[in-house]
Amino acid sequence: MVDTVLFEFLHTEMVAELWAHDPGPGVSAGLRGEEAGATKGQKMSLSVLEGMGFRVGQALGERLPREMLAFREELDVLKFLCKDLWVAVFQKQMDSLRTNHQGTYVLQDNSFPLLLPMASGLQYLEEAPKFLAFTCGLLRGALCTLGIESVVTASVAALPVCKFQVVIPKS
Amino acid sequence: MSRPAQRRPEYHKINKDLFVLTYGALVAQLCKDYEKDEDVNQYLDKMGYGIGTRLVEDFLARSCVGRCHSYSEITDIIAQVAFKMYLGITPSVTCNNSSKNEFSLILDKNPLVEFVEELPAGRSSLCYCNLLCGIIRGALEMVHLAADVTFLQDRLKGDSVTEIGITFLKKQDEKKYRRKK
Repeated sequence: MVDTVLFEFLHTEMVAELWAHDPGPGVSAGLRGEEAGATKGQKMSLSVLEGMGFRVGQALGERLPREMLAFREELDVLKFLCKDLWVAVFQKQMDSLRTNHQGTYVLQDNSFPLLLPMASGLQYLEEAPKFLAFTCGLLRGALCTLGIESVVTASVAALPVCKFQVVIPKS
Repeated sequence: MSRPAQRRPEYHKINKDLFVLTYGALVAQLCKDYEKDEDVNQYLDKMGYGIGTRLVEDFLARSCVGRCHSYSEITDIIAQVAFKMYLGITPSVTCNNSSKNEFSLILDKNPLVEFVEELPAGRSSLCYCNLLCGIIRGALEMVHLAADVTFLQDRLKGDSVTEIGITFLKKQDEKKYRRKK
């Protein structure tokens, strides 16, 4: 059985490394395309992490037992993410789920495990989004496997509390 | 780090797969970013090093290893305690030279490659699990042991086994002992 702490360590290292603007010692330069300025570099790194999370979320979604996939309503899917998926991935449930019943859901975690080791309060608030990008992708990927297209973003007011906003466009 | 018990067997599976899948996504991303296999390998080793320097604290806190008096004991602990704790496998250990500073870990099973059937096309020199080498190297360095850690054989490259070679570089100082991994 692979220890859960390995994922946390790997995630932290990925955030640190994928954020680097220089290509790193001894490796071929100029393949990353991140010279174009900090903002662009930031956006690219966030989307890279989010994309990786998406792939993993899709794969995890495929591993769910079939009976879990027979959801009647969209809200049931979100409840499933908050309870079952979150427990499987982070060993705890999401702390609250709110919705406007029109496709927007706000999932709040009061002690998000990937933010816990960092700090609490306002210190490192700027760094927090990097630690959430992968998980946003994870949620989007799992939703995708369950047949739902979505846009997932996250925000942090004070560590380690964070909110994931899931917007499901109405067709 | 205590964890509440998983309620259902499905969670266990998801949890076990999370690291392996994330690692796979990372390798895929690095293959996109770097054309040369050597660059991907080096990057994986570097990331592993970073992880290893922190993982060793987690290991020392959770395991009850006592003092080690030889490189051989240290390698045994890596194989029988650390690998078991983190990856659920126990590689076998062989010593490769008479001065007893070169060892091999033979991995019979490897959870990291559970979903990998073969290396991607054009990536025949990729050391898919190179993160492991970096982790071992980083962890050892934190307990003041310098070592070269590389893959000597790799099933994904067509070898019959997967073998990690550890070469301890400094002469061991027997008088001044401290806790080692």
